[in-house]
Amino acid sequence: MVDLTRPIVWFYLPVTITWICFVISVGNPQYFIDYNWLWLLFRSMSPYFWSALGVALAVGMSILGAAWGIFITGSSLVGAAIRVPRITSKNLISVIFCEAVAIYGVIVAIILQTKIERVDPVDGVYDKYALAAGYSIFGSGVTCGFANLVCGMCVGIVGSSCALSDAQNSTLFVKILVVEIFGSALGLFGVIIGIIMSGGVKWAA
Amino acid sequence: MYGFEMMSFNIKDGFLEGVVRSHRTGMLTVADYNNLSQCETLEDIKLNLTATDYGPYLVNEASPIYTATIVDRCTQKLVNDWNYMRTQADENLAMFMDYCTYGHMIDNVVLIVTGTLHERDVQELLDKCHPLGMFDSIATLAVAQNMRELYRLVLVDTPLAPYFSENLTHEDLDEMNIEIMRNTLYKAYLDDFAAFCQKLGSTTAEIMGDMLAFETDRRALNITLNSIGTELTRDDRKKLYSNFGLLYPHGHNELAMAEDFDQIRSAMEKVPAYSGIFSKLGYGESQMLDKLLYEEEVKKCVDCYEQQFHYGVFYAYMKLREQEIRNIMWVSECVAQDQKGRIADGIVYLF
Repeated sequence: MVDLTRPIVWFYLPVTITWICFVISVGNPQYFIDYNWLWLLFRSMSPYFWSALGVALAVGMSILGAAWGIFITGSSLVGAAIRVPRITSKNLISVIFCEAVAIYGVIVAIILQTKIERVDPVDGVYDKYALAAGYSIFGSGVTCGFANLVCGMCVGIVGSSCALSDAQNSTLFVKILVVEIFGSALGLFGVIIGIIMSGGVKWAA
Repeated sequence: MYGFEMMSFNIKDGFLEGVVRSHRTGMLTVADYNNLSQCETLEDIKLNLTATDYGPYLVNEASPIYTATIVDRCTQKLVNDWNYMRTQADENLAMFMDYCTYGHMIDNVVLIVTGTLHERDVQELLDKCHPLGMFDSIATLAVAQNMRELYRLVLVDTPLAPYFSENLTHEDLDEMNIEIMRNTLYKAYLDDFAAFCQKLGSTTAEIMGDMLAFETDRRALNITLNSIGTELTRDDRKKLYSNFGLLYPHGHNELAMAEDFDQIRSAMEKVPAYSGIFSKLGYGESQMLDKLLYEEEVKKCVDCYEQQFHYGVFYAYMKLREQEIRNIMWVSECVAQDQKGRIADGIVYLF
């Protein structure tokens, strides 16, 4: 449960949020949030920043998820395999499922980075097509990254249970494997949506 | 941590959880007990046990073999497994595993002190101590004359020290005082252990809360049973009950008042979790109670394995192994004394 007595909950977090809102609103003292200033802010941000961030998140979060899953599965597997060595090669499947999640991320990252094209700003402002392209690549990267992060953890936790139960009773392996396959399908949803989102990217009219 | 122990538990304790769960595979099953019950001599029992996890510990024992040797070697197996895990354990788990062994430590202290009171040889007493509850200065326990000395000379350096400071008296150590000391120590220990488990939070707190509540209620029941007809007053009796558990606080009030078994029974039956146990017990069969309580404990320990990512399995492993060793002892004793008809009475099947 969240411990409300900790200062991070009742002091640092609210103060930080207020401070960020304040900084954003510095453009005009009349409004707390100045939308013209915000528009200027986001218009001036390079779409290459967003696309690069999207690619980084796609691959980074996927690998974080995969690594997380592998260590959850792996540590249980190693412990259980001391007494029952027969489970090791079978349960490599769980590790491979986690690994696949990282591969999804790499694939999406490669697809995304091929979409990045060179356009030049006019008077320091990028074309709206270019801005939209930056945001769609960012969005697609975040979609894929987060989907794969949780997918990796899901497969890892199920894989760990799979290893432990296989050690007790080998008939359980196939049954849990089904659960695991469905878990690893979750990451694919993120990949599909990510690819569709970045499909229509056009950097110039 | 906020129910996210699935994600963070394995960082430190995943390996050992795998290890302790695979030890569960090696426990004796109903089929094993059936084979053991068929044995005609202790040699047969040894032969049967060599096919199990106890094999390496028993195979080199020379004939003639005695029950004490078998039990000793089986305990050694538990101790070795436990120490292996304890050396690998990390922070919280190490603390948790230490907490599990404090109970044995208290028993050892009481054993030594009682033994000294009856002028037994210290070495002989040390051999009888449970190896999990040993500490460095245990041999010097024999010098103490009263509780204050016991505390100041020996126990101040042990983990038991904080449990002691609450009940220091100048009274000499006699049978009654020692028993009271054991129970006061146990009370302080269980309270502390329960608080520690709650601090760990999430699944561990949930599972261990249940297990320790049962443990403390069983102790309360035993204290009451043993103190009927002694000079222990009701208030003193009530002081020995822990401050948690399913009986706390109303059940404790009733138990403190109880004068005979039927009153205890009516106090216990008001708790739904225990009414089942007592309904299995016909009137006037208080001897069966111990076995029923052991069965209940074993059931809880086995259930504890149904959940993953918590420390309760380590505690449960220790309890199950100890029960298994008690079973082996019972079977061996029955075989050694030619009482094979009674084997089934004493075995508590684990799975």
